[in-house]
Amino acid sequence: MPEEVTLPSGKKIKLDDDGFLMDFDSWDEEVAKYLAEKEGIKELTEEHWKVINYLRDYYKKFQICPPIRQLVKETGFDLKYIYKLFPSGPAKGACKIAGAPKPTGCV
Amino acid sequence: MSEFDEMFKTSPKPGNAAKYVCHKALQKDIDVLKTKVPFPEPSDEEKVGLFLRKLNELRRSRRSVQLFLDICVRCGACVKQCHYYLGTEDPKNAPVGRAEILRKIYRRYFTIGGKLFGKLAGAEDLTPEYLEKELYTYFYQCTECRRCSVFCPYGIDTAEITMAAREALEEAGLATKYITEVIAKVHTIGNNLGIPKPALENTLEFVKDDIKDMYGVDVEIPLDKEKADILFVAPSADFFTNVDTLIGYILVLNKLGLDWTFSSYASEIANFGLFFSYREMEAIAARIIRVARQIGAKWVIAGECGHAWRAARQFWEQLNGPLPFKFMNVGEFTASMIRKGRLKFDPSKNADVKATLHDPCNYARAGNLVDEYRFILKHVLPEGNFIDMREDAIKVKTFCCGGGGGLLTDEIMELRMLGGKPKAMAVKEVVEKHGVNYLAAPCAIDKAQLPLVMKHWNVPVQVGGVHDLVAKALKWE
Repeated sequence: MPEEVTLPSGKKIKLDDDGFLMDFDSWDEEVAKYLAEKEGIKELTEEHWKVINYLRDYYKKFQICPPIRQLVKETGFDLKYIYKLFPSGPAKGACKIAGAPKPTGCV
Repeated sequence: MSEFDEMFKTSPKPGNAAKYVCHKALQKDIDVLKTKVPFPEPSDEEKVGLFLRKLNELRRSRRSVQLFLDICVRCGACVKQCHYYLGTEDPKNAPVGRAEILRKIYRRYFTIGGKLFGKLAGAEDLTPEYLEKELYTYFYQCTECRRCSVFCPYGIDTAEITMAAREALEEAGLATKYITEVIAKVHTIGNNLGIPKPALENTLEFVKDDIKDMYGVDVEIPLDKEKADILFVAPSADFFTNVDTLIGYILVLNKLGLDWTFSSYASEIANFGLFFSYREMEAIAARIIRVARQIGAKWVIAGECGHAWRAARQFWEQLNGPLPFKFMNVGEFTASMIRKGRLKFDPSKNADVKATLHDPCNYARAGNLVDEYRFILKHVLPEGNFIDMREDAIKVKTFCCGGGGGLLTDEIMELRMLGGKPKAMAVKEVVEKHGVNYLAAPCAIDKAQLPLVMKHWNVPVQVGGVHDLVAKALKWE
């Protein structure tokens, strides 16, 4: 079931069954840090933010995350490195922390 | 004894798989479906009534349903042919065991013996609990792969039974989040992933540049042309995760210089309606058929997607016909162009690839597609670099990836991994014996499921499409 979570600042967010943020616009840095921690990422480095910011911008423009290959090309990180940064992978890790909904379909 | 053969030493463990339950559908998605799922949620009593009414309608309107419910003699030939039974050892996951869940209800309400003698005649009363714990739980542990049917002496098509059970469940308001979410996106945006047109345009521009960088070729990637001979419809995952496969289609079509287009309205070949509802299946297919008519397409080509091909081959004509165009799978298309000598390859470009082929269940057992992809692989790989797996894990006896039939959802990940084991063990054999390093899987569900399965069972192979390899070897001059 979807759950409501209260962050240290008192901000409340809603997460779906799979722990994805339900409202893209309710995202901020604190939310990102909270979601990252749940993915087992202790600290968000500059490189994490490069990926996250790119995904945020793309999602704002297109209401979907970019093809993984495009993410690789635009950030300059190869897929292996992205998996190192985000162990659950680009779609279910990086996009999640960027506040995008869970990708649906055959992915 | 090999690890593959070891798997067949099972002992029944009743209830072992009862914990794998798919998330229920969300109201926002149900609201978009074409089917009339009752809202607000029906009472428990109503649910039972709705289920029985639909089951009655289905057994009367589809002869196959009643036939397959009647003729099983419970010989058990199917039991160890099911990847989920092998994985969970739960007797209710044996095809006969799962079907028995529905047969008990069928007997109770629609046969004289069951009405008169109840349990003595193998009948069972339908209760709200039975709907949830038996029917919903176990019919969403079948991938409708139909491997059991190959071994059934009566030829009972168990997928038909699963489809009927799920269709009646849906009537009672019981459907999964995963499937309904996807279908809602197709109805509103046009594809499973929910890629809107501007994003699709952006992706295709990116792919065009990427092709230029990789192959030094300028290609055209038409989207929404007003008229075209060919409408090409890929699974939308190819615009997201499987871009290498997408590039393969685009290179082939450009090389041949054909008049073709993608469509943003019909941007999904997958058809999740197949998993639980004829009405949804018809509505999803209608998008493709509408565009094909509008642009005057002579052909619709379906991308690398297993169940989409089953939906097209078995149902398009029946549900949406008559069709003013012909359609084929991209495997048939590329193979026929190779046969005609219109595509040439330099297999040395794939010298580092030693491949085996996973036959998607719906190609091999429901789509008459067994030889084409092998034919293509043999042309794009150096001689001897294509190795088939053991005979009882390929072609019509192919083992399911463990994620088809609408089950590619994370809450049942453990079940998916257990179900993928037979395929993993078959792949492992050719990896160890022949140094295979590439598992070709011409289906989007496979491309999502098999990398996880291979990793889980420690089988070191890359998973990718067939057209990924076509792209690499295709000669331009």
